[in-house]
Amino acid sequence: MTRPFTWCVLAAALWVAAGARAEDVLIRGATVYTESRQGTLGHGDVLLHDGSVAAIGVALAAPAGTTVIEAHGRPLTPGLFGGMSGVGLEDVAAEPQANDTTLDAQSPAWNEQWRPELDITLAYNPRSDFVPITRLEGVTWTMLAPGVGDTIVGGQGAAVSLDGRFDAVLPDSHFLLLDMGGDGARRAGGTRAAEFMLLDQAIAEAHGVAAGAGALLHPAGRDVLARYLKGGHVVFRVQRAADILAVLSFARRNGMNPVIWGGAEAWVVGRELAQAHVPVVLNPLEDLPKSFDRLGATLDNAARLARSGVLIAFSSDNTEFARTARQLAGNAVAHGLPWEAALAALTANPADVFGVGATRGRIEIGRRADLVLWSGDPLELASLPDRVWANGRDVPLRSRQTELRDRYLKRLAAGEAR
Amino acid sequence: MTRVQAPRQSGTVAGWRGRSAALLAGLTLGGLALAGVTPTGSVPDGTAAADSAASVPGPEASTSPGPFPSTYRVPATPPLLIRGGTVLTGTGERLDDADVLIVEGRVRAVGTHLAAPPEARVVDAHGRWVTPGIIDIHSHLGVYASPATRGTDDGNEATSPVTANVWAEHSVWPQDPGFETALEGGVTTLQILPGSANLIGGRSVVLKNVASTTVQGMKFPDAPYGLKMACGENPKRVYGSRHQAPSTRMGDVAGYRQAFADAQDYQRQWDKYRREFAEYQAKLARRAHGGSGAHAGTAARAGEDKPLTPPTPPKRDLKLETLAEVLAGQIRVQMHCYRADEMAIMLDVADEFGFKIAAFHHAVEAYKIADRLAERGVCAAMWADWWGFKMEAFDGIQENLPMVDRPANGCAIVHSDSEDGIQRLNQEAAKAIAHGERAGLSVPPERAIRWLTLNPAKALGLEDRVGSLEPGKGGDVVVWSANPFSVYALADQVYIDGALRFDRAHPAARPRSDFLLGQPGTQSAPDSEKAP
Repeated sequence: MTRPFTWCVLAAALWVAAGARAEDVLIRGATVYTESRQGTLGHGDVLLHDGSVAAIGVALAAPAGTTVIEAHGRPLTPGLFGGMSGVGLEDVAAEPQANDTTLDAQSPAWNEQWRPELDITLAYNPRSDFVPITRLEGVTWTMLAPGVGDTIVGGQGAAVSLDGRFDAVLPDSHFLLLDMGGDGARRAGGTRAAEFMLLDQAIAEAHGVAAGAGALLHPAGRDVLARYLKGGHVVFRVQRAADILAVLSFARRNGMNPVIWGGAEAWVVGRELAQAHVPVVLNPLEDLPKSFDRLGATLDNAARLARSGVLIAFSSDNTEFARTARQLAGNAVAHGLPWEAALAALTANPADVFGVGATRGRIEIGRRADLVLWSGDPLELASLPDRVWANGRDVPLRSRQTELRDRYLKRLAAGEAR
Repeated sequence: MTRVQAPRQSGTVAGWRGRSAALLAGLTLGGLALAGVTPTGSVPDGTAAADSAASVPGPEASTSPGPFPSTYRVPATPPLLIRGGTVLTGTGERLDDADVLIVEGRVRAVGTHLAAPPEARVVDAHGRWVTPGIIDIHSHLGVYASPATRGTDDGNEATSPVTANVWAEHSVWPQDPGFETALEGGVTTLQILPGSANLIGGRSVVLKNVASTTVQGMKFPDAPYGLKMACGENPKRVYGSRHQAPSTRMGDVAGYRQAFADAQDYQRQWDKYRREFAEYQAKLARRAHGGSGAHAGTAARAGEDKPLTPPTPPKRDLKLETLAEVLAGQIRVQMHCYRADEMAIMLDVADEFGFKIAAFHHAVEAYKIADRLAERGVCAAMWADWWGFKMEAFDGIQENLPMVDRPANGCAIVHSDSEDGIQRLNQEAAKAIAHGERAGLSVPPERAIRWLTLNPAKALGLEDRVGSLEPGKGGDVVVWSANPFSVYALADQVYIDGALRFDRAHPAARPRSDFLLGQPGTQSAPDSEKAP
């Protein structure tokens, strides 16, 4: 009899977490960047009913009981993408008890320690401080990415909505993470060539070839890898141009659907990436040769990739900085990327890259409201979100940090910050 | 290859080394540094250096400017008139449609309708903004260079908790490509610090951001040195993990106190030597005087025929020498300290030994004690929004800078501790401005620019030489394409002592590190280099 009781409690908890039903709202007179076929509405209205977008247009009527927000031309965008992050996986990166990002198998890489079956989203905590703190900057979703431990296989991640709900993982958004290039090399016996050698072996195991004592995978891992040979996204963390081409070739050979993450030198092979329809998730601020894999790093990377026709999305690659997504985009504009393309790299593009384009990254009728009303140009540092709706919820712009701020502002006002 | 021994290699998203810039820097070795002053102290018998610090021990043979003297010279340039820009002077003023005149490397005048001297180079800044050169008080460029390799991992002498004997300048690799990307972000002066693995990490060095084959060619002439010290988690983690002191915060504090107690003892040894040396000199003088004077006969007492033996100086101890110079007020303490309660403890440690802390760096909780810091005249060097990567960073808030700026005499500094952040200190300030504004702490651009110019100059002891556009100061100027607190603004031109060091309009002439020279596919390589 304990089981039904447990489920009742769980259901109640989920309902509470979801909060009260969002009020109906008409956002009137905004500059609406739909990121959809509707384009940008210069003086547009968006009606939210029951947490979803009910209408988009001009001079919409407000049904009875609807709260009207006069936007006065302020920008309204889809909720932003927080990049590849560990929001909700870690509260303090340096504290093992508060960091669930990484599986450390502590064993030689070739001794049955590859664990593609790891699903890092099972560690996600929607009550982490990081969720409201990140959301305060207009970021409503992120790709939860596992860290990379002792092998080149990080495991699986997925998209999560930063709406505070327990069931935040977006359906059909899982991906498999492989760390390649120079970083992966030390996890593969010292040479990046061994990354492909080991991957070939693992794929053979996934196809059912008996590997004997030297097997890389457990049965569950074989199943998961086999699945990614038929579909889903395989994210390759890789920087060097030659390695990117090697990954493209490897993925093509094995029927994988690759995403390049990092891509410091991706601009060098922009044409090949575009021809293969392979997207790149990059940090456009990376401009230093921080390793020999990144000698060609440049602030022009995003603009050049876009010119080559590559689908790009932005990521700070850092949990604490997931909230600075806009700064990445603004700088990309300063270095030659068209403004609209930069906004797309935080909205529609990442949604499409990771297969959640039907629910994230655009403002369209029928979708759950995932929107930000900005005080000004959303890519400009002086602007901040005035209102945020995450997955239908009108979320309060408060966090532990605003609580700290307000406590000490009072003391400061009294000359007692000592 | 992480810079420090982090408890887990992968902070957040991964064990990706790429992450180390942000996380590991603060986390591990990251930012600490000190600034210092006179390198080896003084001569016991009275050079200028000794005058200013009679108690400072030093080798008899040391020379006045100290070893490793700067070889930087202000280049000869024609007068420079930057005309018609929106000028943020760094002193809190904004002048619209104003001119800045630089002659012989120094600011001559700031005002409207200034006349161009003959042969002046005139730069049209209409529609653009003009600010003092940016100063980063916390950088590890050169000591943690790009690429991050074992061979260039030179920022932390993590072999002992107190390494006051090491000098950051001996680790600086002048070919770090990070210097030139920082220059493109308007940085003209920067303090390079040892890392934060140690309680006392060593001397800092202040550099001008000029391309040079040697570190001496970059050294800011006669800039005070700093001493990098570190509170909190990093030292106790690094040494605690080796089952060695310190492994706790109380161990940290015991370590600082013992180090300075040892330095006091060292000072006493040198003071004693100096007294004996003075006596010896007096005797010599008397004897010389007596030998030639009228009273030579009476002076020729028994024993005075013997040759006088000069006193033997104490052996130089490079560690204690540096600490003694801190006690003498010649070297400025630059203290990595996140938490408010730890800063308060360190202020008391400083009082106990009679030294002054110039600035707390990474002062994530400075907002909690903004009034106290202002009263004590201690600056806080901060990030705009770094937080949460370790326990002592957990209370970081985005209003820290404007809150520290608020009290009278508050000294807020925006710093980088990052080869990435240093390229965009103006943007870091801009984020803090936005959050301050929302919290009711409005900071206009003319005030905020001080966070990255005059305030760090003060904490470095260079406020009379750089940090603002005032007559007589060095001609370090940035011409920005727009309001520098816009994300779209770029530094169009960067001048150091009146010499053009970066010009966005002439990319071919920009500095290029030896390391990047001739590399395939280096930064901003033309499209034609693309793979076929």
